[in-house]
Amino acid sequence: MKRKLEISELVFKIISYTLLTMFAICCLYPFIYTISASISGYHAVQYSEVVLLPKDIQFTAFADMFNDNMFWNSYTNTLFLTFYGTIWELVLSILGAYALSKKRLLFRKGFNFFLVFTMWFSAGTVPQFLNYLDTQRVFGTIGITDDKWLVVLAMGMAAMNIILLRNSFEGVPSEIEEAAIVDGATEMQVLWRVYIPMSKSIIATVALFFGISRWNGYYWAKTMMKNQNEHPLMVYIRSNLEQYQNDDFLVGWESKHSYAPDSLIYAMIICSIIPILIIYPFIQKYFAKGVNAGGVK
Amino acid sequence: MQVNDYLIFDEESGTYIEDPEQVVRDDVEKHHWLNVLRTVLKDWRLYLMLIPMILVFLFWRYFPMYELLGCFKMPDVIKSVAEQNYVGFAHFNTLIFGNATSSISPEFWRAFRNTFLLSFYGLLFGFPTPIIVALFFNEVRSNIARSIFQVVTYLPKFMSTVVMTSLIVMLVQGGSLTSGVGALSQILESIGAIDHDTAQTGLLNLPQYFRAIYQISGIWEGAGYDSIVFFAAIIAISPTSYEAAQMDGAGKMAQMRYVVLPSILSTIVIMLITRIGSLLSIGYEKVILLYNTNTYQTGEVVSTFAIRYGVNNEGGGGGVSPGKGLASAAEMMNNVVGMLLVIGANTVARKASDVSLY
Repeated sequence: MKRKLEISELVFKIISYTLLTMFAICCLYPFIYTISASISGYHAVQYSEVVLLPKDIQFTAFADMFNDNMFWNSYTNTLFLTFYGTIWELVLSILGAYALSKKRLLFRKGFNFFLVFTMWFSAGTVPQFLNYLDTQRVFGTIGITDDKWLVVLAMGMAAMNIILLRNSFEGVPSEIEEAAIVDGATEMQVLWRVYIPMSKSIIATVALFFGISRWNGYYWAKTMMKNQNEHPLMVYIRSNLEQYQNDDFLVGWESKHSYAPDSLIYAMIICSIIPILIIYPFIQKYFAKGVNAGGVK
Repeated sequence: MQVNDYLIFDEESGTYIEDPEQVVRDDVEKHHWLNVLRTVLKDWRLYLMLIPMILVFLFWRYFPMYELLGCFKMPDVIKSVAEQNYVGFAHFNTLIFGNATSSISPEFWRAFRNTFLLSFYGLLFGFPTPIIVALFFNEVRSNIARSIFQVVTYLPKFMSTVVMTSLIVMLVQGGSLTSGVGALSQILESIGAIDHDTAQTGLLNLPQYFRAIYQISGIWEGAGYDSIVFFAAIIAISPTSYEAAQMDGAGKMAQMRYVVLPSILSTIVIMLITRIGSLLSIGYEKVILLYNTNTYQTGEVVSTFAIRYGVNNEGGGGGVSPGKGLASAAEMMNNVVGMLLVIGANTVARKASDVSLY
């Protein structure tokens, strides 16, 4: 009996490790390929001779990318949109979630429904587009001609994240708040000194969700920003990809460059991933916290 | 004095008087709005905190719903929605039953069908995978090994759609020259999964491969990350349950069947219901970035249909037949059905588990 148990356990363990390893390889392979292809030569990439390791190693694609002003421009734009967008969403969400978490708020149910309804039903892309056009016009009349601010202010704000924050605020024991009020703390001080420190991990998680969705944003930024100089990195990467699919553009490429056009896009992709990879360990910590909380063995 | 229920006997004076609490209640009733205003003013800081969020949702979530009036009106380039002429349900009729002059109705039904099928296959293949991955994670006892697996498999979730689709395009089609074949296509060709012509044409130009590419990349992206919630449920199982099962001579499969599955069943049910609720809300970004005119047949979903006719103004946009009115009518139908699914799913979840999702 005992022996049979061990065998089935062992078999299952072997299967688990094998399949997980395969899945992990599948997850990693595109990234490794990206790095290899970005530093390989023209012929190696163009005729798919690169499978895993780079061939004919050179860094000319990176060099050209770093000399490209439009690249740096779009990179700065993305940083701008991500920074201000995250702060804007975070401040609004924290303030709103704090107010919603208070039982004494009048029409609390109504306000909650006001949020939740947007998760159930959205007007759709066309009304959204018309609305953004109107917003653009209104912003224009009050002197905000820069479409960056339209993207920062009007896009984003997910009801789900506000509800996450609200639930976390509701879990803060009211005794602590009462003690702070007895000590003469104002509403803002209570929020700043009590609620925010006590929900640090959920705020960090939500902030990272905001940040990543801003960093990765593509469609509305592309649709609403007329001026190419305002385009964020994702739009720039895509427009490059579309450009290189056009055969006319590639006539005479080989005589001028020692790398394939793909390598340039791979290089841009690497640069666009690096910031996410830098903050990733910090997010990972919070995931692990939540996940491992129940699992002390 | 009028007799009413609220009179109480006052023993000191020996007469009936009005209940003082009721006087306050009547007062509140009489000055309801004043009272509300007083409460709000006393607590103005709290309400001030709420205002910015409410305004953002009002401007950019609810005002678009007002634009939905366009569904019932004749689109016009110059006039605003309020000024356009009513056409009743004409757009809906055109979409559902078609009309003699345009071929929009079959196109709409194709988009609707594709939306449903993409979500349905996503549910069919994308839903069980994270559960299986979570079961595998549970087998990895070494903390370091498990952390490495987790870090690696969660990673694709944080890539942007543009990066993911660019990788797909370049790995499958080689991105550039028509003669180029991507690394992945080459691997598939060498193992005989696809023939030479298919590889040369490019998988992304062939409608029969669109759904497979969409689903596989979806699983690649989400399977690791989505397993978190199931894994959390699995590691919450008390070790004594396993020990008891082992005492009874349960093998690995029996343990899975009688210990693990029942313990995570409630999580599975809740997640399944959530997924069913969002069955019709397919993200349009990924589809836009992956499909092209060759793959409209299987790739076009309702939101990209709406974008094509309503935002990009294909076929004229303004007053002519396929335009903003038709496009928003199509998307509204999709979203209303979607909303009914969400509400239904939420009701079922509440009945099944006493947990309301929202």
